Amino acid sequence: MAKELHLQTPLKDDDLKELKIGDKVLITGIIYTARDAAHKRLVDLIEAGKELPFDIKGQIIYFVGPAPARPGMPIGSAGPTTSYRMDPYSPILLDAGLKGMIGKGPRSKEVIDSMIKSKAIYLAAIGGAAVVMAQSIKAAKVIAYEDLGTEAIRELKVENLPCIVANDIFGNDLYDEGIKKYKK
Amino acid sequence: MREIDVKEIIPIVKKLCIDASIYIGDDVVEKLKEFQEKEESPIAKEIISIIFENQRLSVEKQMPLCQDTGVAVFFIELGQDVHLVEGDFYEAINEGVRQGYKDGYLRKSMVDDPIIDRKNTKDNTPALIYLDIVPGDKIKITLAAKGGGSENMSEVKMMKAADGIEGVIDFVVDRVKRSGGNPCPPIIVGVGLGGNFEQSALLAKKSLLRSLNEKNPDPKWAKVEDEILEKVNNLGIGPQGLGGRTTAIAVNILHKACHIACMPVAVNIQCHVHRHKSAVI
Ligand code: SF4
Repeated sequence: MAKELHLQTPLKDDDLKELKIGDKVLITGIIYTARDAAHKRLVDLIEAGKELPFDIKGQIIYFVGPAPARPGMPIGSAGPTTSYRMDPYSPILLDAGLKGMIGKGPRSKEVIDSMIKSKAIYLAAIGGAAVVMAQSIKAAKVIAYEDLGTEAIRELKVENLPCIVANDIFGNDLYDEGIKKYKK
Repeated sequence: MREIDVKEIIPIVKKLCIDASIYIGDDVVEKLKEFQEKEESPIAKEIISIIFENQRLSVEKQMPLCQDTGVAVFFIELGQDVHLVEGDFYEAINEGVRQGYKDGYLRKSMVDDPIIDRKNTKDNTPALIYLDIVPGDKIKITLAAKGGGSENMSEVKMMKAADGIEGVIDFVVDRVKRSGGNPCPPIIVGVGLGGNFEQSALLAKKSLLRSLNEKNPDPKWAKVEDEILEKVNNLGIGPQGLGGRTTAIAVNILHKACHIACMPVAVNIQCHVHRHKSAVI
């Protein structure tokens, strides 16, 4: 039975043991944004043996390129982008200590295997529900790659950001199981 | 002959960009409601409720429904008795886009070079503009703001006449199957048949402009649309690809004549953030 659970970042192994696919989670704490271009730069840094612009251990990366903030607002609309484009990079970031990813759409087998190895999770946010997601973002600041515009890395302070567990640390895949269940 | 100052077009295009990003069409809402009632999966039902909540908040906060406010695609019907004066028509449309995306706090998602540089143009231009000359002295401007996630799941295939309608249906259903949760289902499936390689894709995109409450005017094609819709929803993909009965809320087909050797088939996938708005000058 699906549960509703609270998660506080940075994540610890114990936090993720109880999570199963289909569970609803509400995330509170600091998370980081990155899309295709930022992922490429992060992976280039790791491959060159250089330091990352933030400590990735136990952290969550949200695949999002937000809309600009209206005056007085922390951020504009901020729903997930499609995750498969990050598949080539995610295993390298998971090896570096990343514990969670938020996006939309299924992940590759390599990423799922890598999540089992690193005891990490993938969370689905609702694509297109970008105003709903923005309500849980209380502060945002660009911490790297300002030149990338919407694709820059932002540090987000979130409160009860709503997601669904799509891949747990045991290798289960909600995309696979959900579709199997309703296929005719 | 009616003279129209191209500068008149700028504020109209600007408003189209902002309004399309915030206000969803009633047809989309009605279809989503209809499917939510029939939906068997509890997660799927809840996702559709969140989509409704998003539509409500978008209007209340005047924030775009989705952070991906898309590439600005324009379909222009230009009356042949119109004489455009005082500047460049295409530039006026681009200026409207520039102003709309800036003042509407919409995301700028265009890069100047598709592969090597990929530098953001920072004002969401250039717009993609398709022009049809029609009788009369008016201009109808239709904006379809198209997100990248669903556009990436689209495809053109040059099929053989021997593949028949069954082959076409299988290809369309398979295209949706391979898309899974990526295009933010519930989706609308746009299908363009005939024309040529390039025209089929344009037909698929244009088919999406038809209201979801309207049936295909040709009953034999309306039947094909119903068949594809049923097959697509039997895939089990469901909202966001997490399983359910609501993968697509509509299938729209547009067809044209084609060469004896050809059977072009294009599928343009549209997400539930189905943004299109028109204005007539
Ligand atoms: S596919 Fe549509 S709903 Fe999903 S992120 Fe893109 S524009 Fe938004």
